[in-house]
Formats: sequence, C-alpha cells, structure tokens
Amino acid sequence: MVISRKPSHFIVAALLAFMPLLSFANDNHGAHTQTTASQEATTAMGKGHEGDHSSEGDQTLTEEEKKVKEREEFIQHHLLDSHDFTLFSYGNGHHVGFSLPVILWDNGLHIFSSSKFEHETAVAESNGNFYKIVHGQIFKTDAKGTIEYEGHHPTNKKPLDLSITKNVFMILVVAFLMFVLFRSLANSYKKNNGIASGVGRFFEPIILFIRDDIAIPNIGEKHYKKYMSHLLTVFFFIWFLNMFGLTPLGVNVTNNIAITAALAILTYLITTFTANKNYWGHIFWMPGVPVPMKIILAPIELLGTLIKPFSLTVRLYANMLAGHVVLMSIIAMMYTFNNMIGSSLSFVLAFALSILEVLVAGLQAYIFTMLTALYFGAAKEEHHHDDHH
Amino acid sequence: MTIPNLVGAGLIVIGAGLGIGKIGGSAMEAIARQPEASGKIQTAMLIAAALIEGIGFAAFFVGK
Repeated sequence: MVISRKPSHFIVAALLAFMPLLSFANDNHGAHTQTTASQEATTAMGKGHEGDHSSEGDQTLTEEEKKVKEREEFIQHHLLDSHDFTLFSYGNGHHVGFSLPVILWDNGLHIFSSSKFEHETAVAESNGNFYKIVHGQIFKTDAKGTIEYEGHHPTNKKPLDLSITKNVFMILVVAFLMFVLFRSLANSYKKNNGIASGVGRFFEPIILFIRDDIAIPNIGEKHYKKYMSHLLTVFFFIWFLNMFGLTPLGVNVTNNIAITAALAILTYLITTFTANKNYWGHIFWMPGVPVPMKIILAPIELLGTLIKPFSLTVRLYANMLAGHVVLMSIIAMMYTFNNMIGSSLSFVLAFALSILEVLVAGLQAYIFTMLTALYFGAAKEEHHHDDHH
Repeated sequence: MTIPNLVGAGLIVIGAGLGIGKIGGSAMEAIARQPEASGKIQTAMLIAAALIEGIGFAAFFVGK
C-alpha cells in the first residue's frame, strides 16, 4: 500500500485510526457493571430487582480492587452479545442507544421490545410470563425476578431465544451494505461500458485479487467459477464485520464463536457435497501407500476433515477476541496508571495496536478465504499426479 | 486457571512463537534470494503461519 503524499489523506487516515480508542474508552464509570453487580447481589438474596447500588459481596474489597473488578467486568460485558444496542453509557445507568426486538418461543411466540428489560436490570412481562436477563442470556422467572443459582450458573429455565440481538442486527446491516455496494458496482459496469465507477473502484481490485490470487491458484481454472460467490461473500462479510468491530459502535460479531462456526460449517458442507471421487479416494483409500497404512490413515483423514472447519472457527474467533481483549486491557491501563507518563504510554501503545488490528482484520478475512479455497481445491482435485503414487 | 494450565499455555505460546518466527525468517531469506517470487512466498508463509496459529489457539482453548 502506498501512503498518500497529500496531507489531508494522512490526517483522515490518522483520525480513522483513532476511532477504536473512542469506542473502547467510553466507559470508565462502570455503569453496566454496577447494575449487574447489584443485580447479582440482590437476586442472590431473592429480593427482586429493586436493589440499591451497594452490593453485599463487594464490601470486603478495597476501592482499588473494586475498580479493577469493574474494568474486568466491563471488558467481559463488551465481549458478550446483548439484547439492546448501546452506543455508550455514562454516569449511573444512563445509556445512549436503541432497543431491539426480543423474540422468544416459550409455549407460544413472545415478541416485545428489549426496552422492557431496562438495560438488563428489570423483569420483563409478556402474556403472563416473566423474563430476566442474566449475563446476556434470557431466563424465565417469576414476577419478582428470582434467579436460582448453582455455583455461578443460573438454573432457571431458558426459553428458545430467537431475538434480533446486537450481533444479528449487525449481520443484517452488513448484509444490506454488501448488497447495496456490490449491486451498484455490478450496475456501474453496465452503465459505463465495463468500467467501475464510484466506490466500486476501491472494491474491484480486491475482487480481482480474490479471483486471481486465491480462487484460481487453489481451485483451478476449470472449477473456480462455481465457488467464487461463496469466497467473495465470506471474504467481505468477515472483513466488514472485523472493521466494524474497530469503530466506536462497539460491535463484535466475529468474536462470537457461533458465527465463525457457522461460516466454517458452510465451508465444510460445500466441500463435502461438491467433492469428487478423488477426494474421497484420498480419505478412505489413500493411493500409493501399503494396505496396512491405508487402514491406519483412513480414520485419521476422516478426522482431519472435521478438524479443518474446527481450526477455521477457532482461528478467526480467537484472533478477533484476543485483539479486542488486548486493546481494551491496554486502554484500561490508562486508568490504572492515572499519571502523565503511564497514560500517554498506554495511549501510544493502544494507537499502534489499533493500526495492527486494522491489518489483522484484513489478514484474518484473507486467511479464512484462502483456506476455504484450499479445501474447495482439495475437493475438486483432478487425478493429474497418479504416476508417483 | 490453575498453575499447570498457565504453564501449558505459556509453553504453547513459546512453541507457536518459535514456529511462526522460523517461518517468517525463512520467508525473508527466500524473498532476499528471489525477490521476483515474493508474492508466492508470502502466500505460502501466511498459510503456514495461520495453520500453526490455529493449532496454538486450539491447544490454548483445550488447556483453558
């Protein structure tokens, strides 16, 4: 990539790079955490939700330990999915954001707005049933909001949760964005006699890169067209979501293991159902090795087909999760140091790390697409090297 | 996390770090020898690094 000589471009790029700092640093009062802490304490006592903000369990801790715990809980809260879209919080329980629909299946359909939960503090009522959110998950409860605990895990019944949560909402936004962007790119070819215009000029080289450097070398000239749509979708989906994760919106879709697992399962299904006989031959009866070895290799190869999507899942999930945790921990260090030198040091560190995260966002999308193409290529490999095995 | 888990996680990080470092170093050498093949070398390097990283993360999660 060439760094532009125009100073204005550099300034805009630098401002964009600062954006993640805004997103992660916007809460140090622990507005969320205080409510969840008090909520835990009050529910543990079985008194419902109208507890005051002094929690029983925290009284033994010193002021400093309390702050550390708050930061830890804030980071953990950021990494969870939530039922409403909070842009930022300040003071004691002031949230800026909007509510999302909650859809539950619990002997009948329940649809209501997540504002009924009052940011995970209140008990919501729908058609005579009561629900309460504990650590981002909806549990069935009574009018008082009693939650039974076994160790640290609530034992209340969980209804089937089909809600449009923050993650689902962002997936829909990205899907819509991708549809609009790439439809307009496709249309601009028609209008301009095959020349991309507007934002398409930025995306065209990336699409060509995926075709020429990922799909064709790995899958082969003959079969690559069939897989291009999936590869492009996966690449841009992961890339956009990773980049959204670095904006002040506080989105973290790709560090949810369910989403990366779904993407990897798609790769697995497409590989399995489009594989030719050479692929299965290499799994169950490896050509060119002695028969006892073939018998040993077959289960290993079969297991290998399952390990491949698993490693795809964990790689993307763990990379994005680790990036967010490290970035947020470094930002939390500002509050720990609380002096000029330490805070500015962690600011510079966080800035450098944010730029690295932009690189990682693209790199992980690239690697996911690359390995997916590699597996598709294995499924479609022709018998061109049968002389020496 | 208990102490054996932490030690195991540390060992994983050492192993994965050594592996990726070796790949990076070798790729540097290869690019220095054949600058015209840098694109292909980079691709192969990234795939190998990603695979090691995947194993590292997987082992880390199992250890956790």
